[in-house]
Amino acid sequence: MRKCLLQNQNKLFDQISSFASLYIPVETTGGNASFKKYEQGMVMSDVLKTDRSPKDLFFPQTENLMEFKTSGKNIEVIDNRKESEDFVVFGVRGCDVKSFEVLDRVFLVEPVDTYYATRREHGIIVSMACGRPAETCFCQTFGIDASAPEGDIVCYKTEDALYLDAKTEKGKNLLSKLADVTEESDGKEALKQKEQIKTVLAKLPLANLKADSFGKDKTKEFFDAPEWQILSKSCLGCGTCTFVCPTCQCYDIKDFKTKDGVQRFRCWDSCMYSEFTKMSAGQPRLTQLERFRQRFMHKLVYYPTNNDGLFSCVGCGRCISKCPISMNIVKVMKALGGIDNE
Amino acid sequence: MNNINEALIPAVCEIVAIRQDTPDVKTFRVLTPDGKKPFIHKPGQCAMLSMPGVGEALFSITSSPTNKEYIEFSIKKCGCVTEWLHAAEVGQQITVRGPYGNGFPVETEFKGKDMLFIAGGIGLAPVRSVINYVRDNRANYGKVDIVYGSRSKDDLVFFEEIINEWKNDPTVNVHLTIDREQEGWDGHVGFVPSYVKELGFDSNKTAVLCGPPIMIKFTLQGLAELGFSNEQVFTTLELRMKCGIGKCGRCNVGSKYVCKDGPVFRMDQLEELPDEY
Repeated sequence: MRKCLLQNQNKLFDQISSFASLYIPVETTGGNASFKKYEQGMVMSDVLKTDRSPKDLFFPQTENLMEFKTSGKNIEVIDNRKESEDFVVFGVRGCDVKSFEVLDRVFLVEPVDTYYATRREHGIIVSMACGRPAETCFCQTFGIDASAPEGDIVCYKTEDALYLDAKTEKGKNLLSKLADVTEESDGKEALKQKEQIKTVLAKLPLANLKADSFGKDKTKEFFDAPEWQILSKSCLGCGTCTFVCPTCQCYDIKDFKTKDGVQRFRCWDSCMYSEFTKMSAGQPRLTQLERFRQRFMHKLVYYPTNNDGLFSCVGCGRCISKCPISMNIVKVMKALGGIDNE
Repeated sequence: MNNINEALIPAVCEIVAIRQDTPDVKTFRVLTPDGKKPFIHKPGQCAMLSMPGVGEALFSITSSPTNKEYIEFSIKKCGCVTEWLHAAEVGQQITVRGPYGNGFPVETEFKGKDMLFIAGGIGLAPVRSVINYVRDNRANYGKVDIVYGSRSKDDLVFFEEIINEWKNDPTVNVHLTIDREQEGWDGHVGFVPSYVKELGFDSNKTAVLCGPPIMIKFTLQGLAELGFSNEQVFTTLELRMKCGIGKCGRCNVGSKYVCKDGPVFRMDQLEELPDEY
C-alpha cells in the first residue's frame, strides 16, 4: 500500500495529469459536486455523491457515432473516431464502481459496443472508500461494501493522508508512476478506517433493506401487482431518475444535419418518456404506470433474469435525493417486497 | 457485410429496383454498390435501413435466403423513413446494417412439418421469406397451406408472385380473401380469422402467423378451437428499436429484447412475457 500526505495531494494529481487526463469530484454549488477534468489547483470534494455518477466518462450523455457525406444519390460513411488516450477517474464510490459491471454486461456482450469498450479499456478507476456514508445509501442491499470498494486502485482518505492500494495490473502500473509523490505504508490507518466505516454502515437507516424477494424469473409475481397504480400515480415522467442513475443505459440514436453533412449521434434516453416506445403502428406502454413499472421491473427482475441474479441498482440513493416527487426505488421495494423489507 | 465489431456503423448499399405492390406498399431490391448481395440471413430476420438525415428503422427482410442474388424489403408508407423511401428512385444509396434477430426455426422445429402460413396485409412481408424458403427446400417440409387476406384486392402484397408462382405450385395451397366484395374479385370475401376456421385445418400443422394485432388475436382463438396448441404457433413481433443489438432498451419486453431474442416467438414463449407488445 502507498501513502500520500494530504498536503501532497495536489502534487499527486499534477503528476497523474502529466501523463493522463484526470477526473476528480469537484464542488459546484450549494454542497453539490460533479466529476470535472483536473486542472492545477483544483480541490477534490469530500461530497459523498456527485450529482451524476461518473457514467458520463464511459457512456457520455451525447456522443457522435459517425458522419455521413451525401452527394446526389450517393452516401459516404465516415468513422471519425481518433486514437484514445488513457484517463484516470479518481474518487469513485463503491456503488458507482459496481455500476460499471452492470453496464459492462450490456455494452461488452456480443456484439460489443466499441465506443464504450474503448473507454473502459483506457479508463483507470481509483475508487474511494466512503468515510461517511449517508442515510440515503443502501449499497449493502446489493452486496456492495462501501468500506472496501472495487476498482483498479482503492483509496482510503484519513485526516492527514490518502492510502492507495492497487488491485489490478492497470492500478499497479499507475501507482508505480507515482512513486515520487507517495511513500510505502503498512496500511494500518486504512484498515482502521475500514473498520470504522463498517460500524457506520451497520447503523444506516436502510441497512436492513433486502432485495431477496426480487430477482430472476419473478415477472409474474410482480407485473400485475396492484401497488404499481399508487406508486406511479404522481410520477411526472421527467426522467430525472434515469439521468442520475449510474446503471440506466437506454439510449436514442438521432441524425443532425450539419453545414456539410450529417452527424449521427447517440444520447441518453429514458423509458419514463412517453415517446420511448411510440411507433407509427401504436404505443405498447400507454400510460405512466406502464413506463414506471418498466423501469423498476427492469432493474429488479428483468436485468437479474438475464445476468445471473445481478440487480441493475447499486443503492447509490441519487434517485432518493433527486426525484421531484420523492418517489424512488426504495419505496417501490418496500411496497412490493412485503413486511420483510421494513 | 458490416464489421461485427462496429455494430452501429452501417454499410452503404444501393436500391437497384423498386416495385409498387399496393397503393402504400413498395418492394425495394437492395445490393452493395459493387452489385453483390449485402449479407446472408435467415428467414424472419430484419435489417436496419437508413437515410442519413432522415432516420434509421428496422425492417423485415422479405426475400428468401435461397435467393442468391439480392435482398428485398417490402415497406408500407407510414412514417418519416418509410415516406422518404417511397419517394426514392432506383440508384439511390441507403445504409444497411444487420441482419438482426433470431429468424424462424426452418432448419429445426419446422423440418418435416405440414406448414400453415397465415398473414394479413403487410404481415405477409416477413412470412414471404419463410414461404419461399420452404418452397425452395420442398423435400424438407410436408404440406403447405397459405391463408392471406387484405382490405381489398389492390392491397394484396406480392399479388403477381402469388398468382403466377404460388398458385401455380402444385405443392402449395393458396387461400386468398379480402375484407369486402369488390368488382373483379371472385375469390373468398371475409376476414382472415373466420376464413381460417371455415377452412378447418388439421391441428397437426405448424402455423406461422403475422398481421395486425386484432387479426392475430382472433386467429389465435380460431386455431385454439381447431385444436392447435401454443407450441405449434409462431409469430413475429414489431416494436420500436434504435440499436437492433439488444442495448438501447426500447424493445425490451420482460427479460427479452425483441430485436435480439425475437422478433420470432413461439406462442407459448410469448405467453410467458408481460403483455406489452
